[in-house]
Amino acid sequence: MSEQKYDKLEIDGAIYKTHFTQKFINRKKWEQPTPGIVTTHIPGSIIDIHVKEGQEVKKGDLLCLLEAMKMHNKILSPVSGTVKKVHVNKGDKLHKDAVMFEIE
Amino acid sequence: MSLKRNVLDLRKRKEIVLQGGGEEAIKKQVAMGKLTARERIEAILDKDSFHEYDMFVEHQAKDFDMDKKVLHGDGVIIGTGTIYGEPVCIYAQDFTVAGGSLGLMHARKITKIMDHALKMRMPLIGINDSGGARIQEGVDSLAGYGEIFFRNTQASGVIPQLSVILGPCAGGAVYSPALTDFVFVVDNISKMFITGPEVVKTVLGEEVSMEELGGAKVHAEISGNAHFFAHSEHECFEQIKKLLTFIPWSNQSKAKPFPSKPPRPEYNIEKILPSDPTQPYDVRDVIRAVADDSDFLEIQQEFAKNIVIGFGRIDGETIGFVANQPAVLAGVLDCDSSDKAARFIRFCDAFNIPIVTFEDMPGYLPGVEQEHMGVIRHGAKVLYAYSEATVPKVTVILRKAYGGGYIAMNSRHLKADFMFAWPTAEIAVMGPEGAANIIFRKEIMNAENPAEMRKIKVAEYRERFANPYVAASKGYIDSVIEPSETRKLLKHAIEVSANKSVMTPNKKHGIPPF
Repeated sequence: MSEQKYDKLEIDGAIYKTHFTQKFINRKKWEQPTPGIVTTHIPGSIIDIHVKEGQEVKKGDLLCLLEAMKMHNKILSPVSGTVKKVHVNKGDKLHKDAVMFEIE
Repeated sequence: MSLKRNVLDLRKRKEIVLQGGGEEAIKKQVAMGKLTARERIEAILDKDSFHEYDMFVEHQAKDFDMDKKVLHGDGVIIGTGTIYGEPVCIYAQDFTVAGGSLGLMHARKITKIMDHALKMRMPLIGINDSGGARIQEGVDSLAGYGEIFFRNTQASGVIPQLSVILGPCAGGAVYSPALTDFVFVVDNISKMFITGPEVVKTVLGEEVSMEELGGAKVHAEISGNAHFFAHSEHECFEQIKKLLTFIPWSNQSKAKPFPSKPPRPEYNIEKILPSDPTQPYDVRDVIRAVADDSDFLEIQQEFAKNIVIGFGRIDGETIGFVANQPAVLAGVLDCDSSDKAARFIRFCDAFNIPIVTFEDMPGYLPGVEQEHMGVIRHGAKVLYAYSEATVPKVTVILRKAYGGGYIAMNSRHLKADFMFAWPTAEIAVMGPEGAANIIFRKEIMNAENPAEMRKIKVAEYRERFANPYVAASKGYIDSVIEPSETRKLLKHAIEVSANKSVMTPNKKHGIPPF
């Protein structure tokens, strides 16, 4: 532990001089989720797309099929609205948390 | 004459088995920087103390031309021996024989030595170096793993179980080490994962090396699966032997006492603590300042460093130390540190090792990430483990003991046997800054100079409440002590707790917040 440089951690109004761990530094910052942004919850590939840009969808409508872990996962619309943007094409391989659709 | 012939025949048979997977395979093993299974056993045990069982066991598989293959000892060596003269059971998977793959007879050998260790009440040391299940044996090899896991669980809390990862340990195989008490890893040699880099890449598209996915460093620093990290196999073996000097052979005995030794003079307990409670220091120096010969065997040194756990001795008796580490993340409790401490406390309780807790912590780590990771259920493990423990439990509050952290860190209310506090202790529902902001909100808001008023109120609160005497006046603290008295009083506390006996409600088992 180096003596020279300390990190500062605030807890209940007090600021403590201490060291951060790498895991703490690498922690995922939380972001406010936007209901109309549909992202992948698991990495996989798009095997079929069921909506087009400009199309009206209801909550629960099928947006696409995402193959992951040998399963064909049905991706359903979380909200009712208009498909504003389709970010994916058939055959795309996607990472986790990739944006697939924007619905307004 | 015929006896001699029989003996010569036996020797010949043994010699063949001793060759393991043969010269080529051994060359490969050495090229990977690894010792052979037999060398490892010899290096860990006392010289010439090893006696091997089941040397002539052979697999009984028939499919995929397996009936034409001879696998010496079926890829695992089992037996008994001694460490510092005390008996232990040991097994070592032999990577030179079919990659140390686990088939039914291989597993039966392991379960035989596990049963022996449990029956004879001695520690079990398992050396893992295996490519995984022997695919040709199909569900039989899965059955083998299952039988091992069951025994790991049965033996848990009865005999100490040590897992030494000296090669790959992948897939289901990882669950045996995970069920045992201490996992040892060696840099560049140990590899542990559920699914390997190949699968991770094809299924998830994530490219990662074996080392980054499940190397020794990963498990020692990030996942917390490993308890001891070494740079070489020999360093690892020394760690195993050292650990065994601190722990008893079963839950029915106590750790072997050693001659008492004073702490080394370079650890001066009066010169460690900065007076300002926001300044860090290394709490391990406090442990070393009270431990015999300042000898402290730290466990999970690189994981969740905001809490320190490990073994030392006071007056020759093994003590489990738990201490908040202000030098890392201000010593807060979070998901990882709670998990680390709780498991250690349960080990100490199961194996009759008194627990000494040094407390200096501002509370729990704030943040969305922590809340969403379940800091509530992880933090609850610490409360559960301390409350459940019936071994002698002593707490020394060094500085901060705020809020939920004060309760969790073996407080009087969780039935600590002795509560000591240094005069620097601050026992309160929160730190003076936070408390003053809430209690004197109106005064501060309405003041002409709010910043100045806040300072005054913080000082006022600190003066009245940030001390050990409020808690001492209610009997929550038994003694406010001078730092220099700490070792003497810990020794006293352990001595007078020798016949501790508590009644707990009859139950099958509790339901800890796993």
